[in-house]
Amino acid sequence: MTLEIPQNQPPGSESTSVVVTESTHHHQAWKWYHYFTFNVDHKVIGIQYLVTAFVFYLIGGLMAIAMRAELATPDADLLDPNLYNAFMTNHGTIMIFLWIVPSAIGGFGNFLVPLMVGARDMAFPKLNAIAFWLNPPAGLLVLASFFFGGSQSGWTAYPPLSLVTAPIAQSMWILAIVLVGTSSILGSLNFVITILFMKVPSMKWDQIPLFCWAILATSVLALLSTPVLAAGLVLLLFDLNFGTSFFKPDAGGNVVIYQHLFWFYSHPAVYLMILPIFGIMSEVIPVHARKPIFGYKAIAYSSLAICLVGLFVWVHHMFTSGTPGWMRMFFTISTLIVAVPTGVKIFGWVATLWGGKIRFTSAMLFAVGLLSMFVMGGLSGVTMGTAPFDVHVHDTYYVVAHFHYVLFGGSVFGIYAGIYHWFPKMTGRMMNETLGRIHFILTFIGTNLTFLPMHELGLQGMPRRVAMYDAQFTHLNEICTIGAYILGLSVIPFTINVLWSWVAGKKAGDNPWNALTLEWTTSSPPLVENWEVLPVVTHGPYDYGVNDRGSKIQSIAANS
Amino acid sequence: MQQIPVSLLTLVAGVIITLFSLWVGQHHSLLPIQASEQAPLVDGFFNIMVTIATALFVVVEGTILIFLVKFRHRKGDDTDGSPIEGNLPLEVFWTAIPTIIVLGLGIYSVDVFGRMGGLEVGGNSHTPVHVAQMPGSAIAATLSDPSGMESEMAVPANDPDIGIGAGANEKGQRADLVVDVTGMQFAWIFNYPDSGVTAGELHVPVGTDVQLNLSATDVIHSFWVPQFRLKQDAIPGIPTKLRFVATKVGTYPVVCTELCGGYHGSMRSQVVVHTPEEYESWLAENRIAQQPEGLKQAVAVNPAELSKSEFLAPYAQKIGVVNSH
Ligand code: HEM
Ligand SMILES: [Cu+2]
Ligand SMILES: [Cu+2]
Repeated sequence: MTLEIPQNQPPGSESTSVVVTESTHHHQAWKWYHYFTFNVDHKVIGIQYLVTAFVFYLIGGLMAIAMRAELATPDADLLDPNLYNAFMTNHGTIMIFLWIVPSAIGGFGNFLVPLMVGARDMAFPKLNAIAFWLNPPAGLLVLASFFFGGSQSGWTAYPPLSLVTAPIAQSMWILAIVLVGTSSILGSLNFVITILFMKVPSMKWDQIPLFCWAILATSVLALLSTPVLAAGLVLLLFDLNFGTSFFKPDAGGNVVIYQHLFWFYSHPAVYLMILPIFGIMSEVIPVHARKPIFGYKAIAYSSLAICLVGLFVWVHHMFTSGTPGWMRMFFTISTLIVAVPTGVKIFGWVATLWGGKIRFTSAMLFAVGLLSMFVMGGLSGVTMGTAPFDVHVHDTYYVVAHFHYVLFGGSVFGIYAGIYHWFPKMTGRMMNETLGRIHFILTFIGTNLTFLPMHELGLQGMPRRVAMYDAQFTHLNEICTIGAYILGLSVIPFTINVLWSWVAGKKAGDNPWNALTLEWTTSSPPLVENWEVLPVVTHGPYDYGVNDRGSKIQSIAANS
Repeated sequence: MQQIPVSLLTLVAGVIITLFSLWVGQHHSLLPIQASEQAPLVDGFFNIMVTIATALFVVVEGTILIFLVKFRHRKGDDTDGSPIEGNLPLEVFWTAIPTIIVLGLGIYSVDVFGRMGGLEVGGNSHTPVHVAQMPGSAIAATLSDPSGMESEMAVPANDPDIGIGAGANEKGQRADLVVDVTGMQFAWIFNYPDSGVTAGELHVPVGTDVQLNLSATDVIHSFWVPQFRLKQDAIPGIPTKLRFVATKVGTYPVVCTELCGGYHGSMRSQVVVHTPEEYESWLAENRIAQQPEGLKQAVAVNPAELSKSEFLAPYAQKIGVVNSH
């Protein structure tokens, strides 16, 4: 599997930008301690994002395991119910704002986008570093809030509940979200400019890798929606601390307005989480199936369509709150329509498998695992988009099942696929495939065992966000809890794999998968400014099987 | 690229998948029993979605599996797959089919929702909305001052405009029974304005058009009876309503589904659907039992201590029981 692309980089050639140092092969660009500094290199920042996010993933995961342990029995016998709610809230918050978004957009986006479009760095490197460094304090705020009881009102923080439980913790929570929101706005600006203006001139618009289209759509969405969330949260902060009453019902405030502000951001936020993952899928599947991606344009446009329609579906979270009838119908239809571009992507990936030479690498296993789980999450999503049925299952375990299929099956699997795929590029070393397979099998079984029974729980009458439940639901909950323990175990082979491979894994070479996108044309790990000379694009990113691909990618002098 | 394959095999597979999906749609038994007029509507709709979802699930997952086996990489073969980049008819096909499905589901859901009363909320009353707002601790106000409670909670049923209202049949008619429902941490209080009864459980006669006027005193709660397939938030400051006809005698859980604090999970009650006679005798019993005297001594708790949720949880449940017996 480690076919090497012929290296025909003319040594010593010049480009207009600064040209860096000696040999291209296995050039250690940065020392380990650079990763703990205010470094402005997009690759360092990308890895900083990924590692930080993974640490938070472990913390959020431990909270999930604690919750599942509590839910193994109907009574609140393990955790105090208020502590349960604090775990539940911060698990959700950490998983969304400190795991998926920072790793998918911040991590992969920063590491890959400049490499994929042939740029030497992001448009604004310092801004990029600032955006990253807003995250650790946000995480610390979230964790420190436990000393003040922990915010207990769910990651949605609906008033009036958020105004009456643990006000200090809630304020810290708001500040944390505002920090990550700011980070996301700064990062998005950077991505939009980088993708639109910094691609190498030889790259045509239809040669931009699909991951970059996905990040572009994600960034536009983040720019449009994040300020609205910030507005809602700042008003909440004022209510909490400065005596205003925007959301205080007994002083003339309206609690439903908050829900509109919140979901106007937070529904698109699920696309913020999933679109970059879709981008990762579109990169991983063609390489390991040795096939051009099926329907490049359809996949690129469907990202933009999801971004656009996604802005008009938020009320489907509010079918049972104070929503007029006509609004429920408008938002039912718009919600259902999002299923179409999403379906187009799924079918595109499935069709990419057709006629391929599929290699069951760990990256591919996770990509296909994602595909199969996302079908489930998508179908249950459609059922909930319809108002009459959503009235039954809203705020029940059916919802918990759905969004974990989408977020665990659809996002975590994608992040894992991305890590197995790009680890050789990031570190210069291969990951161990056997450990990777064990990791995949445990994750796949664990995810389904944990979340499949939750559909039935919700339909039968178990509400979500509860520390105690009716005894009739005990058996299914036991299964969920066992599944969660398996998921907890699954992280172990992965962590060992990453740590061990990083230090002592097999050397990867520049292009171990024999892939065609630009990031594989530079050394692994890439040089400080990515290329000695900028690459010239002579073909599309997915031209597998077209003519003799081996000689397709060349780095020739940009000025020759 | 090849045509969409239409061989005998595909045809047979199609027929089997269709039959299988139809069977699953009718026999999944995922839902609890139906006990309201709305329930069969929701279930019929859900069954159709289960049928479609099963078919799509089997087709897509099946295709993935078949492709994985059929197109797996074989040892020693280092060539690439065939360079297929697209196929317009196929892409139009798989864009059009889901579009038709979701538009169909959309239209059907409008219809079902209309018949459930989700579209025609309010509209049969012009009474200005009065919110039964009680400042401070809700329970304190309710318990320490029963006469105040009478005047506050027994406001003639206001007709909120938001919620699930009368379906096409009952539209424009007043409900036969109106119950004011107050959600508070962590209990539901049911007040019958016409008879002055207050209870911790909901009692309704079977086959009667019931309207619940929902309000909340502290935080948002959500009223759900899984067997009715109905749910509506009780929102502080915004009155909402839920109108239904119970169709089966029995006792069903009332669940709070909106996170309302630490003991959210314990905010459970019951709706008892009586035969009309049983209902009348329940009502008569409770009319007598609930003289202001009785209430005052029944709940001799110092409300000042009741501010913490820990204190509230056990008491709130007791209140319901005390009042209704
Ligand atoms: C080890 C795997 C996981 C387990 C066992 C798990 C379990 C749980 C449980 C028990 C809840 C509480 C459900 C409720 O009562 O509403 C929950 C909530 C949640 N989980 Fe997970 N989860 C896992 C992974 C994830 C991941 C990867 C994400 C990714 C984003 C995620 C996102 C959420 C969110 C957003 C909530 C809602 C929190 C809220 O309602 O405020 N979870 N999870
Ligand atoms: Cu409640
Ligand atoms: Cu509740």
